[in-house]
Amino acid sequence: MKDLVRIRDLAVRFYTYEGVVYAIDDLDLDIRQGETLGLVGETGSGKSMTALAILRLIPYPGRIESGSIVFSDRDGGSELDLLTLSEGRMRSIRGNQISMVFQEPGAALNPVFTIGDQISEVYLLHRRRELGHRAKQRVDSLLSDGGGVAASAKRPFWRWQRRLYNKIAGESHPIEPRLLSHIPLFRRLLWRLRDEARSLTVDMLKDVEIPDPARVAVHYPHELSGGMKQRAVIAMALACSPKLLIADEPTTSLDVTIQAQMLELFRRIKVDKGASVLFITHNLGVASEVCDRVAVMYAGRLCEVASVEEIFLHPSHPYTKALLEAVPMPGKELQTIPGTSADALNPPTGCRFHPRCPSALPMCEQERAKLKEIGKDHMVACHLF
Amino acid sequence: MSNLRFMARQLVKNPLSLMGIIIIVAFTIIAIFAPLIAPTPEGRWDPYLIPRDGYSATPQPPSEEHIFGTTQGQYDIFYGVIWGTRSAFRVGLVVIGIVVVVGIVLGSLAGYFGGLLDEVIMRITDIFMAFPTLILAMAIVSALGASLNSVIIALAAVSWPSYARLIRGDILQVREEDYIEASRGLGASNMRVILRHALPNAIYPTLIMASLDIGAVVLAAAALSFLGLGAPPGYADWGQLTSFARNWIVGPPGDPLKYWYAVTIPGLFILFFVLGWNLLGDAFRDILDPRLARR
Amino acid sequence: MVKAVDGVSLAVKRGQWLGLVGESGCGKTTLAKTVVRLLKPTSGHIYFDVPDEVKAEIEELESRDTNSGKLTSLVRENDLATFSGNMVRLFRRHAQLVHQDPFTSLDPRMKLKDIVAEPLRIHRILSGEAQETAVKELLIRVGLSAGQLGRYPHQFSGGQRQRIAIARALATKPEFIVFDEPTSALDVSVQAQILNLLKDLKSEFGLTYLYITHELLIAESVCDYIAVMYLGRVVEMGRPEEIFHTPRHPYAQSLVAATPVPDPKRRVGRIVLHGEVPSPANPPPGCTFHPRCSRASDECRELEPPLEPISNDHYVACFHPL
Repeated sequence: MKDLVRIRDLAVRFYTYEGVVYAIDDLDLDIRQGETLGLVGETGSGKSMTALAILRLIPYPGRIESGSIVFSDRDGGSELDLLTLSEGRMRSIRGNQISMVFQEPGAALNPVFTIGDQISEVYLLHRRRELGHRAKQRVDSLLSDGGGVAASAKRPFWRWQRRLYNKIAGESHPIEPRLLSHIPLFRRLLWRLRDEARSLTVDMLKDVEIPDPARVAVHYPHELSGGMKQRAVIAMALACSPKLLIADEPTTSLDVTIQAQMLELFRRIKVDKGASVLFITHNLGVASEVCDRVAVMYAGRLCEVASVEEIFLHPSHPYTKALLEAVPMPGKELQTIPGTSADALNPPTGCRFHPRCPSALPMCEQERAKLKEIGKDHMVACHLF
Repeated sequence: MSNLRFMARQLVKNPLSLMGIIIIVAFTIIAIFAPLIAPTPEGRWDPYLIPRDGYSATPQPPSEEHIFGTTQGQYDIFYGVIWGTRSAFRVGLVVIGIVVVVGIVLGSLAGYFGGLLDEVIMRITDIFMAFPTLILAMAIVSALGASLNSVIIALAAVSWPSYARLIRGDILQVREEDYIEASRGLGASNMRVILRHALPNAIYPTLIMASLDIGAVVLAAAALSFLGLGAPPGYADWGQLTSFARNWIVGPPGDPLKYWYAVTIPGLFILFFVLGWNLLGDAFRDILDPRLARR
Repeated sequence: MVKAVDGVSLAVKRGQWLGLVGESGCGKTTLAKTVVRLLKPTSGHIYFDVPDEVKAEIEELESRDTNSGKLTSLVRENDLATFSGNMVRLFRRHAQLVHQDPFTSLDPRMKLKDIVAEPLRIHRILSGEAQETAVKELLIRVGLSAGQLGRYPHQFSGGQRQRIAIARALATKPEFIVFDEPTSALDVSVQAQILNLLKDLKSEFGLTYLYITHELLIAESVCDYIAVMYLGRVVEMGRPEEIFHTPRHPYAQSLVAATPVPDPKRRVGRIVLHGEVPSPANPPPGCTFHPRCSRASDECRELEPPLEPISNDHYVACFHPL
């Protein structure tokens, strides 16, 4: 299976008032077609930054210092380095081929627009040609139905509309509709586009298992519960059938029972839409529920990547092991990781984890380990191997 | 303490705020050293009475004896603006001082306790705010008799409501914070919670407004003096000086700017004083906002 | 009217670690804050360290429904719910609350030493040097170094701030501490450290804990006894092993089933609960869980099931327990 995303040597640094923070340091990661990759780590591990780096949304004062993120483009099947694209090209990819779901469902939704409007906006932005095509077909059926005096009067108007939508469907930058869209009153003549977008929206809401989607579409975000809002946000993210869906802690702010529903939904999405999912979480239990492979990060670096069974049955990196020990389970002693998480401004030399590692070797302080394959599809960055 | 140092550094970095600081410092130096810069003539018991060099109504242009010239009634402009700096500081700081204290007390009581107390205090502020400020100030000064003290009382009386409102709003917001509840959970009395927790966290917008307002108060005092409802005639006050120049703003036809010094020089002093405080207030606002974001 | 807590009867034994588990809107936080009188209950009694005979007497007088002066005075002296200012203040020396969010529960403009010393100052315990020593000892006990006394909260991490909050709670040497989801805002490794700290402190100082959480795994790992809440009512109470392995209330069962565990084998046979948690402002009649319950019957829709023992030390509020 070809890789969908190949991240190599990614480095993201934040130039803050107090100093330089190495948010991501020398990251190599692959996301395969159709897989759900879990990115697990604690605060400061760089997992959210990785997501933002893929979308080139790193906030100031951060900068992507080096590396490449190679993405298989849908149109043309070519491979693009996302870090070298122009902002315009990047914008056409965001929300379209790569979309993101954030932790706070309420934050991603604009409170003054209805759910339906916000999801339709995605269609209107990225799927204009398809909408034009569908609108044209609808006008076609009107024209062929014929009959009636009122209908015959409207015919020339419809014919003009047909031409219009045909243009939208065919060309990538049709002049006439573009001109129209700038003149306030005439813009309404493109209402069929909005109509088509709305019907696609309702279909999408049904796909994310929102009950009574047509009614929910006219609701405002504040009228929905947390779980519903998150589903709406997922609908927005899936609208254009992206190849990569990035979910940054999408269930952390939800109740446990709602989270269970959400995880079901994610499992179903994987099967139905065939999209790859980068699932970022700090909860190992959630990762084991939903992911095919899991990558563990610490202090901006990758510690271990393996299939979900391998990671939980044979955790190899000391940090992964310690993390699993620290999860509270009934009837088990809670093992803590000594020390505190790496100081972002003054990280430890060599391996970032060595001050807290129970099996640290003298070389761990000098040199960081490279990712090595130690088993079938199981990579670890540790000197013990 | 690192907070203060950080704030100080931010203040100095920004060129506009630096300018504000320099202006205010300059005025402070003038005010402190007024007796040295413009010494009071021998025999005068009140340094705030501007020395007169004659009684002619026509202002005289700047000369060796009168560096900034003289205004109507032959009052020395230089002496007037230098000692006027002291008056400006006095009016500005005293009014703002009174207003902030009254505003804090009433505003925090209203905001923290709510209920009937809140309603009563808010209706009182409503009553005060129903009057146009300058008109009400004029009325108060007329009733009390024109003097700088009545100006101070009048301006304090019309300015306190907005501070009470502002603090009330901020206290309302802070009141809901967890650490306030935690303090009550420890057994803190209401007084302790307000004084040690709520106020120190809610006070910053008020401080910003206060520093911006010092300039506004001085402007208002000058306006009152210009209308004759301020300091007694001959008092060293910038507004007074501009009121003297009232008839001399436009000179004789052919030379309309003949008596420019009479109105421009006091006017410039007012302008820069207000500008300095405005820049300082803006700078406070700028550094306090990103500082909150920095956390 | 929102019935945040609807007729909850709960007992925390001395030295016990009681876990209160539930999702958002179930009333656990309201209950926690009411127990320490940060909120005043609309009705009901709260007895803190009151001997059984007194409680029995009050109950007896109440059942007789007389308006006797004795009843009023007994209630006023023993019922935390009716305590006035000074008595509440005294109570606060013995019971403390640790908040959920360590980022907002500390006054951002206070130095560390003032934050931890505040309870000592309020209750006038120790002064001057003795106070400072006590503060330093508290900080060391919760795992912070005494050299950071002059720092402000924003200079500490979430885990450290929670430790500060715990030190502050311990200052007056209370007997009872209520924890409102103290680790939900923290990382897994930090959470483990805090939980172990709480364990140590409990055994060292002989404390009693009421621990609120929405994560069943935590409750089951550290608590002696668990109560599960749903929409303002306690639906099941029992020992952790029982609740985890043999939950009897349908909601408790779905809660256990819905809790993700880091074990890839445990995915099959999961009972996914449908529907949303109803709003506490509009609770369903009868058993509050019936709209989402697969076993609901007419009885469930009309009557409220009482909390009854189903086996030794195991209580369920259900007409059709599993």
